[in-house]
Amino acid sequence: MKNLIVAPAPHAHSGDSVRKNMLLVIAALMPAYAVSLAAFGWGALIVTLISIAACCATEWLIAKFILKQQPTLCDCSAILTGLLLAFNLPSNLPWWLIVIGAVVAIGVGKMTFGGLGQNPFNPALVGRVFLLIAYPVQMTTWPLPQGFNAVDAATGATPLAYMKQIVKNGDMSLMDKLPDLQDAFFGFMGGSLGEVSALALIAGGIFLICTKVITWHIPVSILATVAAFAALGAPAGMCPCHYTALTLCTGGIMLGAFFMATDYVTSPMTGWGKIIFGIGIGLIVMVIRTWGAYPEGMSFAILIMNATVPLLNKIRPKRFGEVVKK
Amino acid sequence: MDLIIISLLVLGVTGLVAAILLFFIAQKFKVEEDPRIDEVQAVLPGANCGGCGFAGCRALAEACTKASSLDGLLCPVGGAPVMEKVGAILGMAAPAGEPKVAVIRCNGTCEARPKTSEYNGTRSCAIMSAMYVGESGCAYGCLGCGDCVEACAFGALKMNPETGLPEVDENLCTSCGKCVKACPRHIIELRKKGENNQRMVVKCLNQDKGPAAKKVCANACIGCGLCAKVCPQEAITVANNVAYIDFDKCVVCRECEPQCPTGALWGMGFPERLSKTAAAPAQETEAVSTDKDEKFDSAIAAKIQAIKTPRAVFPACLPYNNK
Amino acid sequence: MNTFKIGGVHPKDNKLYSAHQPIIECGLPKQAIIPLAQHIGAPAKPVVQKGDKVKVGQLIAEAGGFVSANVHSGVSGTVTKIDVTTDAWGMKMPAVFIDVEGDEWMEDINRTSDVLRECAMEPKEIIDKIAKAGIVGLGGACFPTHVKLCPPPGQKAEVLIVNGVECEPYLTCDHQLMLEHGEEIMIGIQITMRALGINRAVIGIEKNKPDAIARMTELAHKALGIEVKPLKLKYPQGGEKQLIDACIGRQVASGALPISVGAVVDNVATIFAIYEAVQKNKPLISRVMTVTGKSVKKPGNYLVRFGTPLAQVIEMAGGIPEDTGKIIGGGPMMGRAMNSVDMPAHKRTSGLLFLPEDESRRGEVANCIRCGKCVTACPMGLEPYLLSRMSELKMYDEMEQHNVMDCIDCGCCMFTCPSHRPLLDYIRSGKGIVGGNIRARQAAAKAAAEAKK
Repeated sequence: MKNLIVAPAPHAHSGDSVRKNMLLVIAALMPAYAVSLAAFGWGALIVTLISIAACCATEWLIAKFILKQQPTLCDCSAILTGLLLAFNLPSNLPWWLIVIGAVVAIGVGKMTFGGLGQNPFNPALVGRVFLLIAYPVQMTTWPLPQGFNAVDAATGATPLAYMKQIVKNGDMSLMDKLPDLQDAFFGFMGGSLGEVSALALIAGGIFLICTKVITWHIPVSILATVAAFAALGAPAGMCPCHYTALTLCTGGIMLGAFFMATDYVTSPMTGWGKIIFGIGIGLIVMVIRTWGAYPEGMSFAILIMNATVPLLNKIRPKRFGEVVKK
Repeated sequence: MDLIIISLLVLGVTGLVAAILLFFIAQKFKVEEDPRIDEVQAVLPGANCGGCGFAGCRALAEACTKASSLDGLLCPVGGAPVMEKVGAILGMAAPAGEPKVAVIRCNGTCEARPKTSEYNGTRSCAIMSAMYVGESGCAYGCLGCGDCVEACAFGALKMNPETGLPEVDENLCTSCGKCVKACPRHIIELRKKGENNQRMVVKCLNQDKGPAAKKVCANACIGCGLCAKVCPQEAITVANNVAYIDFDKCVVCRECEPQCPTGALWGMGFPERLSKTAAAPAQETEAVSTDKDEKFDSAIAAKIQAIKTPRAVFPACLPYNNK
Repeated sequence: MNTFKIGGVHPKDNKLYSAHQPIIECGLPKQAIIPLAQHIGAPAKPVVQKGDKVKVGQLIAEAGGFVSANVHSGVSGTVTKIDVTTDAWGMKMPAVFIDVEGDEWMEDINRTSDVLRECAMEPKEIIDKIAKAGIVGLGGACFPTHVKLCPPPGQKAEVLIVNGVECEPYLTCDHQLMLEHGEEIMIGIQITMRALGINRAVIGIEKNKPDAIARMTELAHKALGIEVKPLKLKYPQGGEKQLIDACIGRQVASGALPISVGAVVDNVATIFAIYEAVQKNKPLISRVMTVTGKSVKKPGNYLVRFGTPLAQVIEMAGGIPEDTGKIIGGGPMMGRAMNSVDMPAHKRTSGLLFLPEDESRRGEVANCIRCGKCVTACPMGLEPYLLSRMSELKMYDEMEQHNVMDCIDCGCCMFTCPSHRPLLDYIRSGKGIVGGNIRARQAAAKAAAEAKK
């Protein structure tokens, strides 16, 4: 008889793996990606491919030659980071900017800390925020959705910029420039690759919750906080419902709530920790949108709350038998 | 001009107030400390290994300063020379300490001790020993996961991939005893380094009866007692089917080594092994030499020479005698 | 439908291989090796000597302390020696070796299959009889049952909870026992209730055993105060604390015993043993074992006398399958992988599971991605990722502060970890050291208190 294999219990495993989780997230991003392909055409495809390729290459090179580890490309986390980074970029970004973003995302955001699982900040957002601060002009000139038939790259401001003007200056003449709620929901407005269609993002998010890749805590608490804030702070002369809905559907709120903030590594572990994390993100993003210098604040909000995660992880889960029921 | 004067004044006054405050606070919270603690600490090696049993060199220094005698207080890293210095500072006699070294008391190499199962859990001796007997059938021997290697703060232990056993680099070993504590099988012992770094060790702890021990490991001590019979110093005792050499009595005459039928008894720090298996063909050299080549003969001849005059041969080519 | 409130996982139950296989009696061995430590606590002291003739059911070793249990012979024959033997993990254990001759039972054992319903004994008598019969918890922990049935002064039992959950995947012995001996189990429950002086009992059964739920409910209608609780499928529902939570909604506090919430938990197999001991005078000399696995030729439930070599039980089930990589004593979640099968069956061996080689190895360990799935899965509300890291870094005091002693070894954390981290390996090893520290501290405090006196 062959030698028996011996190991401590348990001898069964759920079959879950890092790779499986990453692939499910990538799958959940596909509806939104389809919409952005339809909206931005070839630009979207090229940006995504460059971003993914640059992220994978950076991870492989750093793991192989600097950390001298076995590169862990098989877990697909670099592909996901590349995809998420692309989702946060305008589709007409020059290729070298994408590469810089990818190198910062993987190199500074992830591998500096020791690779997957060690990074305190969401790598894709580190890359995006670096680009946003270093190259503000390129990063905030968004092409208008024209599909694959685009002849010249017409660009325009996002609805968020207009909204900010309305809230700050009370300039009601800009009201016409806001997109229809329908357009915002289904995805026909200017913006970064991944943030155009709220519907597709919600569909992907619900898919993730159903497959138990993420829990409801973070997205629900973010969206609820943002909605409450928007409903209370709607500008005079604008229906609060309309304003709330527009706030939720524009910018990176949906993408952030379902896909960026829920990143395993950079979000808290316990239910209550996740809820506080979500509320924090919701508040910060609305503060930035309402009073800050940037029209959009999701990336900053998530990064700021990422920094609080070690603290939020001090919140203990409820122990068994902690409150004895009578 | 005014601006400069004002800022100088403000800064100066702030500094003065802060200095006065600090002065009083320092007075109030002053901790009386024996100045000799610092002196003692300066003498200690500063490795903070904890080998002395205290939480770092400072703690040992405090303990030495408070103690009425230095008995039982030993810095294993610095050894007797450092303790003498400590004794000089404190005006106490340093205890006579003899340098020690960690010895691995298992010779269950991969070859001698075949695997009977495949361990698939976490590579840790502590976890493995809590789970079961180990990958070989021997319930006493080395588990080979290297808890001792991990415990060693001086890099003196490393696993030999060929034998699957840890090896001690005697130049680096400070006999701090961390590995002794880390080994769940208690096979590591601190022994006197001995003259010329030579000592006799029974590299086995298998308490099973001879046949059972031999079945799981070819190098096991079978408790036959042959070594005890020849020992002129009566340093060897056999209990629970295992021989043990009392290193206070042993004079490293190596009478016992060739007696061992299994290769459990070792003379450490010698270039050659003396064993029955080497000695047996030596007696039949003439018969065997007809069908073996010249090289082999000369090797055996060298071995015979070594067996006949061990003392004369060894001091010249000691591997560790480089002091 | 009820279940426990915190954590839990859903492993594939894989019970189809041996479910509904009738209990088959395994034949007598040529030589029986009966270990003296088949329970938690001190090993029993042998009362027979070399050369003695023993009968089936004869006492061969007496309880060796307060938490200990009697050991009876499962066979008749001559004692050849009392010596140490090795168990399946290579550890030494003392045992009585008996050469089997015939099958001669003690005269006072009722060997008929009649169901004896009447029991008019006093609680004290019942507990005495249980203690004499050497009954221990057959669910896995092997805690002496008579100790459990005597609540410490000041605490009173209110409800008996009967564990028919069998939440471990693959195992089916309790299920089959409920189907075949439901009536006896009901009487056993009534006897145990009498012994405890209570009038309420709850039988918890997971819903993947609908026939057992139906059978027990039907029987419970006839009895007073016994209720069958169908439970949602979730591992580790058979854990004592989880079962109490699921059945009566009370949570036992950290460090406390079930009796603190008025509950006494016993496995159905234990209850059946109580029935046999009290009504038929039969000590605990055999148990039902599940032998199962994907490639096992005749998976099933076998009634095995203690002392029978496992090899013989395996032979009954068609031998060790060709592709076996791992043999597990018990279920896949908490059972122990065995080094060899050279071991006799005893009170602890609840099953033998043969895993094919391709399912036997752990996945490759990757970095912790801090997904928190272990935290969600932990039925005790602990943070396994943190405890395991602390254990790796030898931070034992911090582990104690994070309630590591509450860990029940269920393995949910490792089962669920997407990075295949060996969480439980480290937690278990740290728990051992923390437990040692606590005991040392208590001993020191006790010594100090005595020195004061």
